[in-house]
Amino acid sequence: MNKDIDIIKFQNLNKWYGDFHVLKDINLNVKEGERVVICGPSGSGKSTTIRCVNHLEPFQEGQLFVNGLELTEDIKRIKEIRSYTGMVFQHFNLFPHLSILENLTLAPIWVSGTPKNQAIETAMHYLERVKIADQADKYPNQLSGGQQQRVAIARCLCNSPKIMLFDEPTSALDPEMIGEVLDVMVELVEDGITMICVTHEMGFAKQVADRVIFMDAGQIVEENEPKAFFENPESERLKLFLNQICHH
Amino acid sequence: MIYNTIQAKEAPSNTKGAIHWLKENLFSSILNSILTIMAFYLLYMIIPPLINWMIIDATWSGSKEEITKDGARWIFIKEKFHHFVYGFYPEEFYYRPNLALVLTFLYIYIFRKTNNKNIRYFIFFSYPIIIYTLVAGGFGLEHIETHKWGGLLLTIVVATVGIIVSFPIGIILALGRASNMPIIRTLSTIYIEFFRGVPLITILFMSSVVLPLFFPSELEFDKLLRAIIGITLFQAAYIAEVVRGGLQAIPKGQYEAADSLNLPYWKSMGFVILPQALKISIPNIVGSFISLFKDTTLLLIIGLFDLLAMVGLTSTDSNWLGFETEGYVFVALVYWAFCFSMSRYAKTLEVKFNTDNK
Repeated sequence: MNKDIDIIKFQNLNKWYGDFHVLKDINLNVKEGERVVICGPSGSGKSTTIRCVNHLEPFQEGQLFVNGLELTEDIKRIKEIRSYTGMVFQHFNLFPHLSILENLTLAPIWVSGTPKNQAIETAMHYLERVKIADQADKYPNQLSGGQQQRVAIARCLCNSPKIMLFDEPTSALDPEMIGEVLDVMVELVEDGITMICVTHEMGFAKQVADRVIFMDAGQIVEENEPKAFFENPESERLKLFLNQICHH
Repeated sequence: MIYNTIQAKEAPSNTKGAIHWLKENLFSSILNSILTIMAFYLLYMIIPPLINWMIIDATWSGSKEEITKDGARWIFIKEKFHHFVYGFYPEEFYYRPNLALVLTFLYIYIFRKTNNKNIRYFIFFSYPIIIYTLVAGGFGLEHIETHKWGGLLLTIVVATVGIIVSFPIGIILALGRASNMPIIRTLSTIYIEFFRGVPLITILFMSSVVLPLFFPSELEFDKLLRAIIGITLFQAAYIAEVVRGGLQAIPKGQYEAADSLNLPYWKSMGFVILPQALKISIPNIVGSFISLFKDTTLLLIIGLFDLLAMVGLTSTDSNWLGFETEGYVFVALVYWAFCFSMSRYAKTLEVKFNTDNK
């Protein structure tokens, strides 16, 4: 791992939904192993930004480099970039018709061609790590939201990603389950995986992030290391935002 | 202030029991009570006479001349049973379709029990050939021309082939219509809308009358084969729409998760999207199959005698005039038994694939 390499580079990235300008001149470099938290009001383009990285959202202008490769519309290129990114979704998006274990082994077996036994072994290893190995034969809908999200994280890890994208991973959870998911995410930091996390969990940002980015109305408004970000916000918009979320 | 934990108690007894159930469900209001009484009266008017006619006063054996009771004369069914089942299939070869039926159950049994892939492949590919040879002839077995097939045999052959072949075609068409590729999407849409916009009778006429005009006369397709192809293509369009409905019910997140895991299109469809889409579509798919089963009666208009048509035909037998009622009641019961079994089977599949509260 080389901390000086930019594993993700956004260069003047612009995106429109029809006539609506969702992302405006996004410039953002993320170093290998870096943990970046993106926050901001809803509709500010946070999720869209990270969804560009694995091409769940196409963009119209600018460039995006992932691990040194430029993301283009070329299917092979997209697949290659997806092969080292994992994504955790707000609504988990586990496959409800497959057991937990099958959810985890599907991609290793059918995408990377891992032998089944080995895929199961890896899956069980990661299920241990997210402390849910005893549920391996259950189906997603039999698990609580927090457990499902931990399974989703384990599912990503089974493909040994270099980059993990978290799209509001705790927003759909009951309050008492947020902690267990954040704990798992904090542990991931030790693995040195590059993380970009869209979240409103400011405690998590303070504890884990190397950098916090504030987005509003489709652009990056302010970025800083966590301490300064929360204690000395510069822009009025960030001050207002921090004020609002702290009043809850 | 701290409250003590309260133990769960039994529900009050006046919310349980038969009397309570009756009150709640049948006599909850004046209108409901009137409806209940009327419904019971209607059942009382219909059921006892029906049972009298069908069972108590019915003639089950003996010859036509000995009939003394005025109930159903089931001896007609006994007499013509082989016609209802086999049509004009030569009597000395009845054992062949019978054997095919036994083999079918045997094959299904082995297919479900075995874990050996090769045996499954063997069964899957050999089954159609063996069944076809048994029923139609070939490999040393005498050929039985398809215009001699009839009755329940014909109904089952057409319905089974129609169901099995139209299902994969329908799925492909549904995926085609949901595809991002404009040409594939347009072609699938045209196909589906064409076949859905035309009555089945038209398709059958076209397959039996119009289609041969396009082929040189030496290349003559069997009439039954043409009819089956017509029915299959027709059915595929309906299955496609049913499956498309299922596809649309799958949340976008499932596609995104499959994409982010890098599953290629066919694997993402085959392992993630279709199993879920088909699961929700089971009731509608089986509904389509049930209508296909009943639509086979339309074969009559191109001169093929399915189960229903055999009743019409046998009741014109001058020895057995005036026995249509028994014939049609019998046939109705047979159709009902088949359709009801399909419907029950769908129900067990739904329960089997339900992963919500297993």
